[in-house]
Amino acid sequence: MNTKEFLIKMSNAVGVSGYEAERAEIIIEYLKSFCDEISTDKIGNVIGIKKGKGKGKLMLSAHMDEIGLMVSHIDEQGFLGVTQIGGFDQRTLLAHEVVIHGKKDKVYGIIGIKPPHITTPEEAKKSIKLEHLLIDTGYDVEEVKELISIGDLITINRQVVELKNNRIAGKCMDDTAGIATYATILERLKGFDHDLDIYFVASAQEEVGVRGAQVAAQHIEPDLAIVLEVGFGKSSEGSDDGKCLVGEGVEIVTGVNIHRKMFKTLKEVAKKNGIKHQVTVYAGMTPTDCRAIQVTGKGAATSLLQIPTRYMHTSVETLSMDDVEATGRLIAEFIINFNNCDLEEFLCL
Amino acid sequence: MLIKKLTDINGLPSYEDDVRAAIKEEIKDFVDNMYTDRMGNLIAVKNEKADGMHIGLSAHMDEVGMVVTTIEKSGMIRFDTWGVLPKVMLSKTVKIGKNQVIGVIGSKPVHLQKPEERLTVLDLDRIYIDIGATSKEDAEKYVEIGDYIAFDSEYREMGRHKIKAKALDDRLGCAAIIEMFKSDIPHKLTAVFCVQEEVGLRGSAVAANQIFVDLMINLEGTVCADSEDIEEHLRVTTQGAGPALSIRDTTSIYIKKYYQQMIDVAKENNIPLQFRRSGAGGTDSLNYHTAHGGTPVIGLAVPCRYIHTPVSMCDKRDYEALLALVKAFILKYGQEGTK
Repeated sequence: MNTKEFLIKMSNAVGVSGYEAERAEIIIEYLKSFCDEISTDKIGNVIGIKKGKGKGKLMLSAHMDEIGLMVSHIDEQGFLGVTQIGGFDQRTLLAHEVVIHGKKDKVYGIIGIKPPHITTPEEAKKSIKLEHLLIDTGYDVEEVKELISIGDLITINRQVVELKNNRIAGKCMDDTAGIATYATILERLKGFDHDLDIYFVASAQEEVGVRGAQVAAQHIEPDLAIVLEVGFGKSSEGSDDGKCLVGEGVEIVTGVNIHRKMFKTLKEVAKKNGIKHQVTVYAGMTPTDCRAIQVTGKGAATSLLQIPTRYMHTSVETLSMDDVEATGRLIAEFIINFNNCDLEEFLCL
Repeated sequence: MLIKKLTDINGLPSYEDDVRAAIKEEIKDFVDNMYTDRMGNLIAVKNEKADGMHIGLSAHMDEVGMVVTTIEKSGMIRFDTWGVLPKVMLSKTVKIGKNQVIGVIGSKPVHLQKPEERLTVLDLDRIYIDIGATSKEDAEKYVEIGDYIAFDSEYREMGRHKIKAKALDDRLGCAAIIEMFKSDIPHKLTAVFCVQEEVGLRGSAVAANQIFVDLMINLEGTVCADSEDIEEHLRVTTQGAGPALSIRDTTSIYIKKYYQQMIDVAKENNIPLQFRRSGAGGTDSLNYHTAHGGTPVIGLAVPCRYIHTPVSMCDKRDYEALLALVKAFILKYGQEGTK
């Protein structure tokens, strides 16, 4: 399975925050053949360890959870009311096909929309509220109650589509794209004796408050950490939906959550190896696992790499596989380069 | 299955070619003659020599969708709509033109929106299609201005009796006419498969001048808003309660003498039938009942939830009841006429 195939398989699977098991299976299956040890913990993180020579611990962290919906109510006709896990723009949910992960089997549903003839001009100008969305399964109420319970998960039924120029779109590029870079890294490190012990983490529950990575960092106690995320990609010339550019390489992030030496070294390694990159600044807290790992336990020298992604938290998150590959290559070269570094010296600012 | 075959095809207004080809293929062994007129309407006659009443059946081939209007420097595609509200397009995939180029319609991430932005509805000025192109020149290799844009949604059976698909409005009508032509009805029937209904009943305006029938039955997919959050008097139709019979809509007032005969046939045959309980919406009936000094028209439709979206839903029982009812009506009146 190459990086793209791995990414598509993960995005198409289901792994809503707190319910990551299906996606975790795919990740474990993939890491198995490359890692010396694989473990899972009580919050649901997957951690694959590829041992080096004990020079230090490098934690790579990308989250495997995605945002989702949950059944909150079954009405007298069998329509389902919903609540959300993580943050949707409720306007992007209308007229979607969804999958309800019911008592036994998956049940298909439609998120309904009022037809225009009964929409008043005032209503037409306002967006619908999440609590007013209704899901229609096509079953009547007795059948619905046999198949579905309050609390069942709901995901948008979206398989990844391939666009032009090695770009793809799907419901969970955020952050399976980060995990997919592991495939590029592991391929590059084949046969290379690295000094660092590398911890490949697929973290749980990022979307609800960067919880999994915090727990993973407690187990690992890393010296160094690189967090892989998706960054807000700009779509069109006039748009205000992001700053980084899709197809223009990995975003190397700097800011208070980022160890200055990590930032500097990653940039140098990118330049030296001709890896396309761009720099993004987060003055305050990054909305990523990075901010948790930085201050867990005795702390870690953290850094953040992002893959430019458009339309985040819609079912058509769009990115370039070239950027995913560039991100993986940069991390691999960083690891290779670290054989020439002394850890303590490296950490001194 | 016929409904799957017809709904999975794209047929946007003025681009009905593939739907027409599929219909021709289905009915070619059951017609005495058929032809396509200058506008693209397909007109077919069955049992041309039969005596008695000459009944017409009409449905439209086109579906709602969009059309490419501009390609931006960034390679993003701007579009205009044919019968679709912009709010149903967000977070969807689409297929553009004959080559079925896949595109996505995204929107600004929720993280970057101001709270008040989320309360507004995005209009066409703020949404566009991304096909992965890196520039205008790159996009122009795959897409041309004027190409149609169709929803990307496949037929799926849901629940116990439901079908989800795009374009149920009005491939259900097309499918019903095909079934009538394939049946053993011995009477003279003329079928009209219209173009451009969704943009203002334009195909039927021309078709109505070319055919001479004693009575026209216009077959549609129509609005159904029957969830309990909607007041009873606004629901229009109820799914599972049979086909919906029109009394009046924006473009036609149906003559009671004729629609009462349809009610009688339903009663005689124990076929469920409901009224279409709204005056909103227009249909091709307009053009028939005002043609040739007036042709009687009956309007029958299958209730479709979420009509004009990629995920419209119908109840198979309503469609099957419509087939039974139309056939029973033709068999009863085909010989002696409705008087």
